[in-house]
Amino acid sequence: MKGSFEQSLQHGVENRLLRVARLDWPLFAAVLILAGLGLVVLYSASGGDLGVVQKQGIRLLIGLALLLGIAQVPADRLALWSPWIYALGLVLLVWVEAAGVIGKGAQRWLDLGVIRFQPSEIMKLAVPMMLAWYFSDRPLPPRWVDLLAAGVMVAVPAGLIAAQPDLGTAVLVGAAGLFVIFFAGIGWRLIGGLVALALAAAPVLWHFMHDYQRRRVLTLLNPESDPMGAGYHIIQSEIAIGSGGLYGKGWTNGTQSQLDFLPERSTDFIFAVFSEEFGFLGVLGLLALYAFIILRGLYIAANAQDTYARLLAGSLSLSFFVYCFVNMGMVSGILPVVGVPLPLISYGGTSMVTLMTAFGMLMSIHSHRRLLAR
Amino acid sequence: MASPTPEELKNPARERSLFSTRAWVAAGFVLVLLGILAGRAAYLQIHKYQHFATRSQDNRVRVVAVPPPRGLIYDRNGLPLAVNLPSYRLEVTPSEVGRRLDAAGWDALLDRIGRWIEITEADRRRFHAERGRKRPFQPITLRFNLSDEEVARFAVHQYAFPGVQVVARPGRYYPRGGAAVHSVGYVGRISEKELKSLEDPENYSGSSHIGKTGVERHYESWLHGRVGLQHVEINAQGRALRILDEEPPEPGVDLLLSLDMGLQAVAEQALGDHTGAVVAIDPHTGDVLALVSKPTYDPNPFVNGIGAKAYRALLTDPDRPLFNRALTGRYPPGSTIKPFMGLAGLELGVTTPEKTLWAGPYYKLPNSERKYRDWKRGGHGRVNLHKSIVQSCDVYFYDLAYRMGIDRIHGFLSRFGFGQRLGIDATGESPGLLPSRTWKKGRHGVAWFPGDTVNVGIGQGFLLATPLQLASATATIAMRGKRFRPRLVRAVRRPGASRFEPLPPQALPPVVLRNPAWWDVVIEAMKDVTRKRNGTAWRIGRDAPYAIAAKTGTAQVFGLKEGQKYDAKKLHRKLHDHALFIAFAPADDPQIAVAVVVEHGGHGGSAAGPVARAVMDYHILGRAPEPRAPEEGDGRSLVVRR
Repeated sequence: MKGSFEQSLQHGVENRLLRVARLDWPLFAAVLILAGLGLVVLYSASGGDLGVVQKQGIRLLIGLALLLGIAQVPADRLALWSPWIYALGLVLLVWVEAAGVIGKGAQRWLDLGVIRFQPSEIMKLAVPMMLAWYFSDRPLPPRWVDLLAAGVMVAVPAGLIAAQPDLGTAVLVGAAGLFVIFFAGIGWRLIGGLVALALAAAPVLWHFMHDYQRRRVLTLLNPESDPMGAGYHIIQSEIAIGSGGLYGKGWTNGTQSQLDFLPERSTDFIFAVFSEEFGFLGVLGLLALYAFIILRGLYIAANAQDTYARLLAGSLSLSFFVYCFVNMGMVSGILPVVGVPLPLISYGGTSMVTLMTAFGMLMSIHSHRRLLAR
Repeated sequence: MASPTPEELKNPARERSLFSTRAWVAAGFVLVLLGILAGRAAYLQIHKYQHFATRSQDNRVRVVAVPPPRGLIYDRNGLPLAVNLPSYRLEVTPSEVGRRLDAAGWDALLDRIGRWIEITEADRRRFHAERGRKRPFQPITLRFNLSDEEVARFAVHQYAFPGVQVVARPGRYYPRGGAAVHSVGYVGRISEKELKSLEDPENYSGSSHIGKTGVERHYESWLHGRVGLQHVEINAQGRALRILDEEPPEPGVDLLLSLDMGLQAVAEQALGDHTGAVVAIDPHTGDVLALVSKPTYDPNPFVNGIGAKAYRALLTDPDRPLFNRALTGRYPPGSTIKPFMGLAGLELGVTTPEKTLWAGPYYKLPNSERKYRDWKRGGHGRVNLHKSIVQSCDVYFYDLAYRMGIDRIHGFLSRFGFGQRLGIDATGESPGLLPSRTWKKGRHGVAWFPGDTVNVGIGQGFLLATPLQLASATATIAMRGKRFRPRLVRAVRRPGASRFEPLPPQALPPVVLRNPAWWDVVIEAMKDVTRKRNGTAWRIGRDAPYAIAAKTGTAQVFGLKEGQKYDAKKLHRKLHDHALFIAFAPADDPQIAVAVVVEHGGHGGSAAGPVARAVMDYHILGRAPEPRAPEEGDGRSLVVRR
């Protein structure tokens, strides 16, 4: 009797803590484990550079603070802000197009003097927010008019980003929007039709691609055709992954990465370092961790109380999956090389900020449920 | 009030179930695709494990930095002054040595190598420093400049040293030895400090040497070129199997100097056993035709690190060969300053060409008993400016300087470049010293005395000039005020180009006089220095087929007490006066301006004059003058000046 009282008391304290922090503990724990693993891998990938690890650790702390902050904002308020954030993002995109600073050969960066950032990064969140808001007070499954309007809302920013040219981000932003439309309940027949249309449009897209983009696709089909040029990344990263075997070469013992064969090994190709050093078993563990986060996100979405929260949570979860899949698919040689970092593992601040904001939104959606009987 | 049709109403229950279905579909989709990733990993890591493990073991593709060939340096006639010759080095690639070694392990390996090839303590230190800095697959040069014997000896034992190889790489070589070292300079191994201050370290990833002095240093960014990249396939023993892909380096820019090595040799020879400096300039462009600082030294040992002993020998040599007298040496200009003082007096309205003065044996400031002696014991009698320059009358210029005052002298002389760096394209240029009231107050904490001004009037006292400044200022008189920045590089050949493209001369702010006729007053006087029998350099111009405008100078090294007599025979050579000489020729169509300093040479006309004459003859007539036996009865050369 006494024991159970204490137990329930303790439970109550924890519950209150949870409630105060507005966190979803399983998701939060998984994110922490993944980010911690990321620092461990980064230490090895950077050749034992503690400075790099420390820098990323600080970014992680900033990201976690951001997550906690966003988690306190009720989802209703996020909904209210959505159109404004979207509009701001559009204005910035146009601005970049007009007066953007040339960075990495493409106009992506906006220089505000103090910080430089990519407005396209805002769109990764603003587009699903906008569409979720748009559908939230309209009957679902969506009518044709609404579908058309939603299509325009996705196509305009995606088109602007593609024109930068940053095809990779454009596809990711487009996907985030399409996921909302998918969850809104677009008909299966229509989905089938759109997929067929996309396949038919592939040659047209090919026609509009830049040379380097085409080369990446061709390289994927046959990396050995150009072993020192575009194929170099893929070949080296496949060697790294494959030579890891079942158990891996051990932490900080990956020859491919430690001897500098792997390009971009702290950033986009860090998955190859991980696979080389931790082997197939490590890869399975990593995939399981990612699967857990994605499924937990979908679970939060399914249990959300209003349409906005549901659509947004669903889209954010699938977007997270897409980042994982595109990066790992590219590094392991089943997708063309596009500059997408591995979520929570790759070195870099931009993706950390976007991801932690998204997780903060998921936490908020889950923790701000009103205690109503369903 | 029209009610919406049932389809247009929101139906929360239906929406929730619809979403639920979609979420399940999405989850399935996610799991299938993650499964594909897992399958791909299984395929690479389990099915193809052997294949990739082998490739990772044996097949190593490296990106190797290829240093660009350094630009070559030629004299104005195309004579090579700095070239690249193959030289053998011993390189160690840590990742190919086999196992990871600690510091002691490396020392043991170096000891083993040391049995066949000599490795000094300095080599060791440099090796360890580089090992800490470089990535393990980047080769570290352990020894430069292996002899053929060392190469052969190591080749026999190569098998015992995986990851240690003899490689041939181009090394810098100066075929003319020390002949132009004070202008060309030399390269040396990049120091840790230089490495940190590089603007573009990536560009030096394959380079081991960098310009240290002279033109080599000043034009480093042009001479170096851009690094190339090579993708090389290497086996486990560290042997390059084949080059897969190459982005060739871009060679450095070749430089054509303004120096004429023939002229340089003539000047050096004419200096004889004396230490000193000769600078010859083309007045129309600022081209430095000769830049001699004697003695010189061979730059070649510096390229790969001169031994401590040899270096100490150079440092402690009493003749200081490392000292660049032409650019860094600061000498009292002595009487060579007089033409400039004369111009100052005319320009400032303190004197006129007609104005005369009774020049006795000494000069006294008003209200002072201190005697400023003239070099001529009896005095020059009645003199005007012309005669004062021709005979180098001291009293006239004591008086002139005193009446101008140091501030106005400072202002006028600085227009000729005294007291400042001219900006020659080499290293080590000294600004000389053009004294002023504020300078003396700041440097010595003492006020400026009128007596200081009097000494400056004859180029003594605080006034110091470099041979380069004297030559450049002489060229300015020759050009009647037009000035050019002295330069050593007159043309460049960019990589791939077949010919040199000339660089435009750089004009400096000209000296403009209120009355251009004053140039003629001074130039006529300088002509009479070599033309008139009572000129101080009459012997120099006597048989010249072209007119020479010149001025002699003698710079005091050893201060004599009042009333003491200068007796060359009784003084140690190191205390003898410096002999100076400035000249340009042909006087009416100047092609060359020369400044000569013969250290401890005695009188400017007799010791420095013949050097200048030899230089001008070679440049204008294309031949060195015939050596002449000294003549009896030539009083001038025997006159010993105070």
